[in-house]
Amino acid sequence: MTAAATTVGAGSAGLRRQQLFGFVYLALAAIIAVAFGAATEPGATSSFELNAPRVAVQLPPLVVPSAPTAYALAGLCAFLGAVQLTRGFGARNAVVLGAVVLLFIAGFLVWAASTRSMNLVGVLQGTLQRATPITFAALAGVLCERAGVVNIAIEGMLLTGAFVAAVAASATGSPWIGIIAAVVVGALLAALLAVLSIRYRVDQIIAGTVINIFAIGMTSFLSARVLQRRPELNNPDRLGPIQIPLLSDIPVVGPIVFNNNVFVYAMFVLVVLIHVALFKTRWGLRVRAVGEHPKAADTVGIDVLRTRYQNVILGGMLAGVGGAFLVLGSTGRFDREMTAGRGFIGLAAMIFGGWAPVGSFFASLVFGFADSLQARLSILNVPIPSELLLMVPYVVTILVVAGLVGRARAPAADGRPYEKE
Amino acid sequence: MAAVPERPTRPGLTRQAVTFGRGLLLPALAILTALILGALVIVLSDPDLVTLFGVDPVAALGASWDLVAAAYGALIAGSIGNPGDLVGALAAGDLDAFVAALDPISVTLQRSTPLIFAGLSVALAFRSGLFNIGAEGQLYLGALFAVFVGFSFPGLPFFIHIPLAVAAGFLGGALWGFIPGFLKARTGAHEVIVTIMLNYVAYRLIDLALKTDVFQRPGREDPISKEVVESAALPPLIPGLAAGVHWGLVIALIAAAVVSWLLFRSTKGFEFRAVGLNPQAARYAGIDTGRTVILAMAVCGGLAGLAGTSEVLGSNRRLVSGLSPGYGFDAIALALLGRSRPLGVVAAALLFGALRAGATPMQAATGIPIDLVVVVQALVIMFIAAPALVRGLYRIRAGRTTGTEVFSKGWGT
Repeated sequence: MTAAATTVGAGSAGLRRQQLFGFVYLALAAIIAVAFGAATEPGATSSFELNAPRVAVQLPPLVVPSAPTAYALAGLCAFLGAVQLTRGFGARNAVVLGAVVLLFIAGFLVWAASTRSMNLVGVLQGTLQRATPITFAALAGVLCERAGVVNIAIEGMLLTGAFVAAVAASATGSPWIGIIAAVVVGALLAALLAVLSIRYRVDQIIAGTVINIFAIGMTSFLSARVLQRRPELNNPDRLGPIQIPLLSDIPVVGPIVFNNNVFVYAMFVLVVLIHVALFKTRWGLRVRAVGEHPKAADTVGIDVLRTRYQNVILGGMLAGVGGAFLVLGSTGRFDREMTAGRGFIGLAAMIFGGWAPVGSFFASLVFGFADSLQARLSILNVPIPSELLLMVPYVVTILVVAGLVGRARAPAADGRPYEKE
Repeated sequence: MAAVPERPTRPGLTRQAVTFGRGLLLPALAILTALILGALVIVLSDPDLVTLFGVDPVAALGASWDLVAAAYGALIAGSIGNPGDLVGALAAGDLDAFVAALDPISVTLQRSTPLIFAGLSVALAFRSGLFNIGAEGQLYLGALFAVFVGFSFPGLPFFIHIPLAVAAGFLGGALWGFIPGFLKARTGAHEVIVTIMLNYVAYRLIDLALKTDVFQRPGREDPISKEVVESAALPPLIPGLAAGVHWGLVIALIAAAVVSWLLFRSTKGFEFRAVGLNPQAARYAGIDTGRTVILAMAVCGGLAGLAGTSEVLGSNRRLVSGLSPGYGFDAIALALLGRSRPLGVVAAALLFGALRAGATPMQAATGIPIDLVVVVQALVIMFIAAPALVRGLYRIRAGRTTGTEVFSKGWGT
């Protein structure tokens, strides 16, 4: 229905959309010039540190004059806007949009770092760290939704995974057992979701909401009742960063990519692995068939319900790992409602990333960057309310879901229960 | 209960009574089962009791019984009080004692008030085929608008000031509901993700607003708004019980009646339900589904906004960042429990209000955290949403199937 409507109106809508984007680019150029360029003190410079602490090769900081740089960025952005308005970029629209966003962020950074020194490597390290739980959540979402099950319970799975990881790792003294426990409990919650939505055909969003509310209630209850009386159960060993020899000595890139804890490396591997499995193997073809057209899949002998069970439970395990990261790879303790919507942001990353693992990973990086930048700016005392920056990931998510930034297509049978005839 | 137009002939009175009783059986069993599981959670979360089970099972069973009885006893005492006290005070003709004995019920009704508004919001959305998980954020926006009007115009007569503040609260919530409605109608963005995200944006917005000179109370460093002036405050309903139920309850009951009329008696409500049941058919029948979705979400947001309004004008008289203990999420359970009917929502809100009211004394008396109530609520929704679970547990034959009036449609377009 909606598809037909878009096809009919595609010609004129396409034109209006192109012009709209042109105006948006021009407006962003104006913001860069006025809010970032003109707002800096005349003659001030912006300095960006490029060294992580304790690295072998020291690089000089990147120092640029604030106002002229901002004006140059604004000019570039305005040029792209003008071209967009008059000619358009056709197939390269997405690239240009990405470039404009980067120009805007660069302008913002120049303003924020004006008369200060900002550690760019620190921001990017933080980006990867903060993108990790979101990526795990997004991968969980990809596995479930490619098989046709909407899983909004990822938030609850992350939270429960975090709680169980904290308790199990503290009780046994081994973070690895914490991770295993989180994987098991993620799988259990996923199995509950699967039984409710596949066997009892409860609406998948209601089933997910039930699990989320249950997870919030249960973890808050247990942390108030057990962890407050027995604080030694909330004091796990963390998994520290592992430096990869040689690779971690590469300037800038090394400390960001090759000096992380095991969760981040596992994330890299899983993103590639699941991407290849979904799009290059027989298993992946079957999963996608179940998500797109379960009846056809059934006809050719694929067990639809079994595939869905498997994928939902696999997704739950990944969400459990993401939860374990929040405690064992990051804060080192469980706090009530510590996920703060990361499961939902993961779903947004999945949508932004076009229901594909690699795309979801890059989308997660965008959210991670916003989060990391926000933390860095509040340390630097940049005169911008931290609440405003904290809103950014959520607002970006809304823009993504609304299709204002990119447009993706969900698996056709996503969210629909399958009933064998 | 308002008659539903989709049923052409009225069955006999006894048949109606039987159907009504059947309709109550499942929710009653769902609540009972949730409470039993809640008791299990209480026992299993006590490390000492669990170890005792290994040593002396009989004593452990006795101790478990005592603990659960103490917890649920405190829950009941905190929510409906002691009927003996009421009767005794009435017999003695002691008005003060009677009013004092009413206190727990008054607190229950006070806690039910925002729940009724929020539950109506989610129920109206369900009926329109929409999933409003954003009642929490809408509640905060309503509270923000209402508290602003509430502290801003001292000197207005109360019959102007109160309606003005209430209208502002509705408007604030409606604005927060309009956004997901508009995005859904124009871009196909699924309202579930958008409303969840708007919840988080609303939290930050409240934190931000409470730091500005406009809202923050002068001389305070913590996030707390200025005091709502007397002329905008909703007065207590029971004279002598200043802290309990207030006129917000009356507004909530009026809202329930209005929603009932809107849904089942008005043309707009017919369009809401038509779009909710089958958007394609509604479109062929000439209903502008996009506009209906936007309007429905805005009204839902407004209703949730009133929940925040009644809290800041009645119970709290100020806005703080932790104003709601999750009323917006309780509302989802309420709407399901009340089968998305206004009267059902009111009944469910009374029950959940009692749980909320009794939870605080329960925590004080037995140290069992308030969050137990959230666990019980989650279980209630699960059993309501999957009636087959309860039927299987108690071996009840499947009656006439009544759906939850909801169907998910996947993300995106």
